[in-house]
Amino acid sequence: MSKSHERNPSSTQKEKRKLFDGLIKSVAGLVAVVVILIGLVLLLVFQPEISARLSTFTSEESTENPQPLTDFSTELVDGKDVETGLLAGDGLELVKAHCTACHSSALILQNRFTREGWHEKIVWMQETQGLWPLGENESIILDYLAANYAPEAPRGRRVPLTDIEWYELKE
Amino acid sequence: MSKKDSNSSTKKLNISQDRRAFLQKGTLAAMALALGTDIIHAASMPEGYIPVMLPADFDPMKGKSEGMIIRNEKPWNVEPAPHLLNDAITPFSSIFIRNNGLIPEDVDAAKWTLTIGGESVVKEKTYTLEELKKKFKSYTYQLTLECGGNGRAGFYPPASGNQWEEGAVYCSEWTGVRLKDVLADVGIKPDAVYVGYYGTDKHLNGDPNKVVISRGAPMAKALQDETLLAFQLNGKDIPLQHGYPLRLVCGGWPASVSGKWLNKLVVRNQVHDGEKMMGDAYRVPKYPVAPGDKVPDEDMKIIESMPVKSIITYPKSGAMFSTSRKLSVQGHAWAGENEVSAMEVSTDFGATWKKCSLKKPVNRLAWQQWSIELSFPQAGYYEIWAKATDDQGISQPMVIPGWNPKGYLNNACHRIAVKVS
Repeated sequence: MSKSHERNPSSTQKEKRKLFDGLIKSVAGLVAVVVILIGLVLLLVFQPEISARLSTFTSEESTENPQPLTDFSTELVDGKDVETGLLAGDGLELVKAHCTACHSSALILQNRFTREGWHEKIVWMQETQGLWPLGENESIILDYLAANYAPEAPRGRRVPLTDIEWYELKE
Repeated sequence: MSKKDSNSSTKKLNISQDRRAFLQKGTLAAMALALGTDIIHAASMPEGYIPVMLPADFDPMKGKSEGMIIRNEKPWNVEPAPHLLNDAITPFSSIFIRNNGLIPEDVDAAKWTLTIGGESVVKEKTYTLEELKKKFKSYTYQLTLECGGNGRAGFYPPASGNQWEEGAVYCSEWTGVRLKDVLADVGIKPDAVYVGYYGTDKHLNGDPNKVVISRGAPMAKALQDETLLAFQLNGKDIPLQHGYPLRLVCGGWPASVSGKWLNKLVVRNQVHDGEKMMGDAYRVPKYPVAPGDKVPDEDMKIIESMPVKSIITYPKSGAMFSTSRKLSVQGHAWAGENEVSAMEVSTDFGATWKKCSLKKPVNRLAWQQWSIELSFPQAGYYEIWAKATDDQGISQPMVIPGWNPKGYLNNACHRIAVKVS
């Protein structure tokens, strides 16, 4: 008895210690979780690229119902839109709303097409990439693109051969 | 087919390629491809230009080939498409026309005289055309005459002037007396430096006293055997638009040295300072300049011997044939005062070159005929590029040579397109 009696207090002490240890561990775990969460929030706040990337991922996943961009600002410096680098001109706002909603302006900036060529790109995006009907805005957008991003005069040191009149070589 | 039509048809061909490439993230390359197509058609030149003529005017196009390209009709400047130059001796019908002024129409060969004067003759002397023919021995040479601005259209930034492509060159047979024989008869002082010519062409502004063009050559060139006072071209009187009844002919130099409608020659004790000898006319920079640079007149030098060059005259560009065919490719090569020593063609944009058979010139300063048989086992689009090398080891550049303010001396390789199926 006495032994067991003696044992009892010691066993309860051990249980208490275990409980205490467990409590400390869970508190530490909680603190760690909180710290990590705070860290993440801070990261997202101070590293906006990451949040931007996250939001693009989500927007890429939900291409079923794409929408024209509405929340953009247009600030012109040196004839260019600061946000996109697109040239100032009639239709710039529409281009930003309908084109840069899905892809960056670089896709426009690095290319040169005729009005017809730009139209083909729009049709292709509508057929395969989920671009919505542009309605009466289409001609304004095409005018803008054809005026500002048209093919330039050839300037290579040997331009491609042109005006080849093909004929069957007989004799 | 209009420019717009051809544009849209090639466009359509490219769409399917574009789509696939777009999905494969090859967007840039695909768009560059599409852009390339755009560039081709943006560069289209107007064709089928019909000149406006007054019925009373002499018609310099009469007797000329149908494929002649009119660059200007006041003054007249006309060039043949390259395939019209296939003959070893260029017929009248394919000879380019170059004028700085108006063609004289009041020529009377029976009363024609040539006066030889200037500071460096012992005594000025005048010959009738008949006297020249009787007094001096006649010689016949095939002589290459190329406009200094032939190929100007290839320069960027563009150089102003007639936008010659490939055809402002020919090699016909000239008959006349040697200038050196006539000068010996006149008597030349030891201080002679240059000869300069005068002709009877009229200035565009109508001023009868204004000289249109008066160029010339140093004594060394004037005294060459092949430098002629010519009265016949290809065995007949020289056609009016090419200088009837008398022309100074200096093969291998810019064709502007070969003065037409010749009625006066001056032997100068200095470099001739006639019209189109000074400033930037028929001159190039003394040193290489960046495209578009402004070059002061004092840094420009007179063009003398023309550079090595060649032309593909058969087949005409655009030939379509089958893989079983052996294609005979022909053309001419020339090198100003020098001789062409090697001729090569490439069907892979210069990666490899095939040696052509090359004839010796009939005489000095005549262009040389070359030919080669090519086979194309793989169907597709090819360009045939031609490259000549002269006896000094100098070859034609594949790209446009050094830019110069007036766009002279473009001797870049000629090329044609063929399609094999």
